[in-house]
Amino acid sequence: MSLALRERLIFEYSRPGRGARGQWPEAPARSALDALPDGLRRQRRPLLPEVSELDALRHYTRLSQLNFSIDTHFYPLGSCTMKYNPRACNAAALMPEFLGRHPLAPVAQGQGFLACMYELQEMLKAVTGMRGVALSPLAGAHGEFAGVAMIRAYHRARDDLERDEIIVPQAAHGTNPATATMCGCVAREVAVGADGDADLEALRAAVGPKTAGIMLTNPSTLGVFERRIEEVARIVHQAGGLLYYDGANLNAILGKVRPGDMGFDVIHMNLHKTFSTPHGGGGPGAGAVGVSARLLPFLPLPIVAREPAAERGAEAPQYRWLGERDLPQSIGRLTSFGGNAGVLLRAYVYMRMLGREGMRRVAEYATLNANYLSARLQQVGFEAAYPQRRASHEFIITLKRAEQDYGVTAMDVAKRLLDLGFHAPTTYFPMLISECLLIEPTETESKQTLDAFVNAMAQILREAREDPEQLHGAPHTLPVRRLDDVRAARELNLVYREPAT
Amino acid sequence: MSKIPEDLKYTRSHEWLKSMPDGSIEIGISDHAQEALGDLVFVELPEVGRSLAAGETCAVVESVKAASDIYAPVAATVIAINAQLAEAPELINQDPYGRGWIMRLKPTAQGDDSALLSAHDYQVLAAEA
Repeated sequence: MSLALRERLIFEYSRPGRGARGQWPEAPARSALDALPDGLRRQRRPLLPEVSELDALRHYTRLSQLNFSIDTHFYPLGSCTMKYNPRACNAAALMPEFLGRHPLAPVAQGQGFLACMYELQEMLKAVTGMRGVALSPLAGAHGEFAGVAMIRAYHRARDDLERDEIIVPQAAHGTNPATATMCGCVAREVAVGADGDADLEALRAAVGPKTAGIMLTNPSTLGVFERRIEEVARIVHQAGGLLYYDGANLNAILGKVRPGDMGFDVIHMNLHKTFSTPHGGGGPGAGAVGVSARLLPFLPLPIVAREPAAERGAEAPQYRWLGERDLPQSIGRLTSFGGNAGVLLRAYVYMRMLGREGMRRVAEYATLNANYLSARLQQVGFEAAYPQRRASHEFIITLKRAEQDYGVTAMDVAKRLLDLGFHAPTTYFPMLISECLLIEPTETESKQTLDAFVNAMAQILREAREDPEQLHGAPHTLPVRRLDDVRAARELNLVYREPAT
Repeated sequence: MSKIPEDLKYTRSHEWLKSMPDGSIEIGISDHAQEALGDLVFVELPEVGRSLAAGETCAVVESVKAASDIYAPVAATVIAINAQLAEAPELINQDPYGRGWIMRLKPTAQGDDSALLSAHDYQVLAAEA
């Protein structure tokens, strides 16, 4: 990382007429534009930067060097599972045979790819305990949308038309109530008890003939395992609702406990988190969904099927896409084709490399690292939000006391961590806990890295006591200092204008 | 210590209520709430004339840290909104009980206000949070 380097905007390198002309697209023939109505034609040239190929290359390379990334820094961003992305997954997904496959090519010519997708579906079913899996949703929130749409379709198919309430615990990810609303439901919040588990009395009072379902993540966003999950499942099922599992925290239980066994009817899996494909600015996601038997008919399309050998003619391909004729009650298609193929391939290779044994170790080391880090941070003087509970793959530190005693906030600590070479944990989420940091170390970090993080945090706590100004002003060593995020939000301005000369 | 005027009523979700001479009520969020949220950057207001059930979400206040729903403390109709907040959400930070008022409501019936808190009870609640 190049410290204290400031990179200019690419517009500031611009000189009239400069460019890599050899790479410009050919101008369309005049006649091709004739069909465009005059009113829709541009009158002036767009304001684009005019730079050489080398200028552009240097600019973006420098920007990439100013970044914090999983390849350069420890990245304990809670709820995001920023683990190492093995290079082998990348290498397999970049094979020219995969890259060159056209999504509209006949299935007979894509049997290798389809075989990978079929096996990925099967492995995801096995590790989550669900009965069917569809891979097409492109991200976590997209998977949530598919999941709640299936819950609605299920109730509608039974003529149970009054069920439009989705229950979400107070600590839910913000996408849960947003998804419920997007699917035409009403989100209904239930309280969380003092120990971090759901308040069962509040849940019993909330369910009824209008309950479509409940959206839960387990372990919850509070970093603790919902211990009475089977009781929760019973209450919701008895009321006629279904259970939705938000897979954001699947890393904690991989190979150990299966959402299907806990009683969940539908789950989305963030393959980019749990199954380690680059994300968070490093790449797109994949939000595969899994369902219990009663939701099988409603899965989104397409899905890969393997035809039993006896039903095949000599030349017929073994794998094919299922479509509307196979699954007439499907909620439909959420993407043009089969999903983010490159992401799915990387997740597939990752799972094949882990195997059944490896998956269990992911959960074991993810929780071991989180519990070690939590214990060490408490040793050096930080306050855990739930000290009586064992951490899952992540845990919450609250800086409420530091805020009262020294006027130092969670944001001050987060910004100071950047100076010390660490990506900050998630701040101010979940909102139930004031001045909180949500810390997720993941299983791929060594004890030495975790210890270095503890040392940095201990130094920050010392500075909070002795020199709080040091923290209020952080970061001190980065090209971009503390941003005025209030002004940025109140006076939103995203348009570059050439300075008057 | 945040200000909690004696002459107002409060809710557990940190709204304040002021009874107006014409029988309507004015609502906003408490000094404690604006402090906890931090600098506000956006306020979403309901349409005048909308009728609200008790406990229904009727507005949203958003800071750089969080977005928070405002709930109708009683069943009511919206009769006025503080349109200035659209341009100047910071009024709530600067003067939560005055120029930072959010809306005026006309209760639809002689409502049950037993769930509302006195200034003293709200002080206890705010101290716990």
